[in-house]
Amino acid sequence: MLLLIVAAILTAISAFMSLWRIDLAAPQYPEGLVLFIGGFDGVSGNLYGINELNHYVGMAKIIPSEFWEFQLLPYLLLGFAALFLVSAFVKKKGLSLFSLILFGIFGILSFVDFYYWTYTYGHNLDASAPIKVPGMAYQPPIFGYKKLLNFEAFSQPDLGGYLLIAAGLILAFAVLYRFDFFGLCKKKSV
Amino acid sequence: MKKKNIFTIALLFAALGAIVSCKPKMGKQSVDSSAASSVYIAPGQYDEFYDFVSGGFNGQLSVYGLPSGRLLKVLPVFSQNGENGYGYSEETKPMLMTSFGFLPWDDSHHSTLSMTDGSYDGRWAFINANNTPRIARIDLKTFRTSEIIELPNSAGNHSSPFPTANTEYLVAGTRFSVPADYENGDVSIADFAKYFHGHISYIKVDPKTGGLSLDFQLELPPFNFDLSHSGKAKSTDWSFFTCYNSEKAHTLLEINASKNDKDYILAVNWKKAAEHAQKGDCKIQNVKYAHNVWSEEKLTATSEIINTVKVIDTKVVNDFLYLIPCPKSPHGVDVDPTGEYIVANGKLATNLPVFSFDKIMKAIEGKQFDGNVDGINVLKYEAALYGEVKTPGLGSLHTEFDASGHAYTSFFISSEIVKWNLKDLKILDRIPTYYSIGHLSVMGGDTRTPYGKYMVAYNKITKDRFLPTGPELCQAAQLYDISGDKMKLILEFPTIGEPHYAVAIPADKIKPNVLQFTKLADNHNPSMISSPKEARVERNGQRVDIYLGAIRSRLIPDNIEGIKIGDEVYFHVTNLEQEWDIPHGFAVKGNTNAEVLVMPGETCTLKWIPNRVGIIPFYCTDFCSALHQEMQGYVRVSVAGSNVPLKFSIDDKSVKELK
Repeated sequence: MLLLIVAAILTAISAFMSLWRIDLAAPQYPEGLVLFIGGFDGVSGNLYGINELNHYVGMAKIIPSEFWEFQLLPYLLLGFAALFLVSAFVKKKGLSLFSLILFGIFGILSFVDFYYWTYTYGHNLDASAPIKVPGMAYQPPIFGYKKLLNFEAFSQPDLGGYLLIAAGLILAFAVLYRFDFFGLCKKKSV
Repeated sequence: MKKKNIFTIALLFAALGAIVSCKPKMGKQSVDSSAASSVYIAPGQYDEFYDFVSGGFNGQLSVYGLPSGRLLKVLPVFSQNGENGYGYSEETKPMLMTSFGFLPWDDSHHSTLSMTDGSYDGRWAFINANNTPRIARIDLKTFRTSEIIELPNSAGNHSSPFPTANTEYLVAGTRFSVPADYENGDVSIADFAKYFHGHISYIKVDPKTGGLSLDFQLELPPFNFDLSHSGKAKSTDWSFFTCYNSEKAHTLLEINASKNDKDYILAVNWKKAAEHAQKGDCKIQNVKYAHNVWSEEKLTATSEIINTVKVIDTKVVNDFLYLIPCPKSPHGVDVDPTGEYIVANGKLATNLPVFSFDKIMKAIEGKQFDGNVDGINVLKYEAALYGEVKTPGLGSLHTEFDASGHAYTSFFISSEIVKWNLKDLKILDRIPTYYSIGHLSVMGGDTRTPYGKYMVAYNKITKDRFLPTGPELCQAAQLYDISGDKMKLILEFPTIGEPHYAVAIPADKIKPNVLQFTKLADNHNPSMISSPKEARVERNGQRVDIYLGAIRSRLIPDNIEGIKIGDEVYFHVTNLEQEWDIPHGFAVKGNTNAEVLVMPGETCTLKWIPNRVGIIPFYCTDFCSALHQEMQGYVRVSVAGSNVPLKFSIDDKSVKELK
């Protein structure tokens, strides 16, 4: 039960935080540029500067309010937090398993969606863009390192993302515990 | 030729050779092999000190890094600066307004820094205009000139703008005595002694905003008030001025003002003076002076004329100031970090007199007077004197101090700096300067807490020091390491304008507070636009206002038609970038004006009177981005009374259609 409360708290906190970050570096940006993804802002960081640079290669302007995903995301996470809390108190094995599966699906869909958007932004280039490099697309990595013209991009979880990963692991552990995966059936419920 | 003749000629040449080899040797000085590494700041690394160096006859303030001697920036203060539009843009023109009208130039001599408890606090720099007396305040967050106040009743504002220990006041004494502005000045110059006066101004500094106001002035005998420094620690309540021309000469001062063996140091208890001014022991005189203030909110300057000033007549009220005899035509007057020793640099004196603050106080208490001048008591020389440094050099001008009881004095004629001990007045070391040093600056050398370590000589004559640039040469500065017993020359660098006084402050007192760019939301310039969609052109009679957006890499709008001969056009250029170091410039072909350089998030207005029919291009002058060369536009100028409608667009579309 305690574990599920912890998972609920971590998930609730992550709703207000940046989940993912993409760091960019270029010769004239020694201080780096960064995009934070998540929280109630949707996309934040050096959004202004990045949009300004992106127009040279014809990428569309990133306007956070135009993403339904970002409108929904924090509430979805708060919903998950509530769900975990309910499973903590209701003490139904089935409910906690359901929570885990739903959370897993949410995770996978999020990445699919993230990939879809980065692909769209990186490939749908304005034909009248001043800088055109044959064969070049500007899809940022969804995880890890990629070189994009003069920029080096690195994509990784941010603090909120780590909280969610931790919440997921705790949830999984709690479910396994409730299903007595560890063979400790005589112990009290967690 | 006879053998005898050849022998004679040979003998003559030998004799000539001998004479030539007797000529004084002017060999180049040797510099330590470690000198290079001690001033080397690797690329990308920062200097330890900001050095604020007065620009002299360029009217500006230059900022160097020390110890590298790298020029970081020239800040425009008293002279128009075509480079960024200071004094040309509509926003900055009011900064150069005076009671005489708009002045494009001045001569800036002494940069000083705001102080708290006698030490630099890194908030503001101040600098004087010598020609048309003014004082400027530079904000060290933005490195912009924030305020300029004109000083009435003054001419040659030289003993200025030295702050008191907590920046309560800046002082400013007149170098030329002149008839006061509140009197009839149409007098015979030969009646100098009768009609001319000296005036010293006390300018109050608002402790929060730095705002300047002329609190009161002292009307004094017609001396030349040359330099000043305020007391510190125990002498905090006092300010000291050198006076030359006690002869009251009005012509050929070179000879006629060099007759007396002693001139004076004027000691003013400014706290008491301020009390008198507050109590009303003064006259409110009618004058006219400008007060110009830059608003960081509106990014615009305003200028107003003020019409009165409080003047204390020291013939009547004089219980707060004293004259101390001082040999001979003194220039700098400098107070040591303890506030006890007051060094007066007699330009034409053989010895260097050092006065004791304690002795001055005792002499005042014991009324050890030697007569008075126009009601001001003169102290007995010996009663105020601590001692003299015996024959230290020729032509002493200025003295600075380190934290270990040493003084460093510059000598113009013997072109050297002499280090001596404040306690026993013994000379410890001397080192040449190249050539004819004026001011010198020890890091923090005029504060209660000098940083020491380095000293800079600011020289008047450069001659052979650098690659020649024709008859007009740069001036030079030399950097010395003063951390050891012996002063060591470690670097030399050219300076711009003519450096007079300079002040250096550790970089960490300023760097963390420096503004990177203005947020568009904080820009309250009435002519600003906050997005490209707000770009527009408005006609009001013959006045046309063009609200133009600049953002990489376009000017919005970039096609403008319907401008006519006879119009007065104002380009209000807003830089819509929100990133550090993305300025945009703006210039118009054939404009009898400069460019404007617009920093991110800011707005500058450039006036243009079209005087030719045709197509006039405009463009961004700062290489802002990869497509900077594409950042351009056209204005169509038609004949007066033409029917061409007012029209503006970008990409042949209305700005409203911009995404």
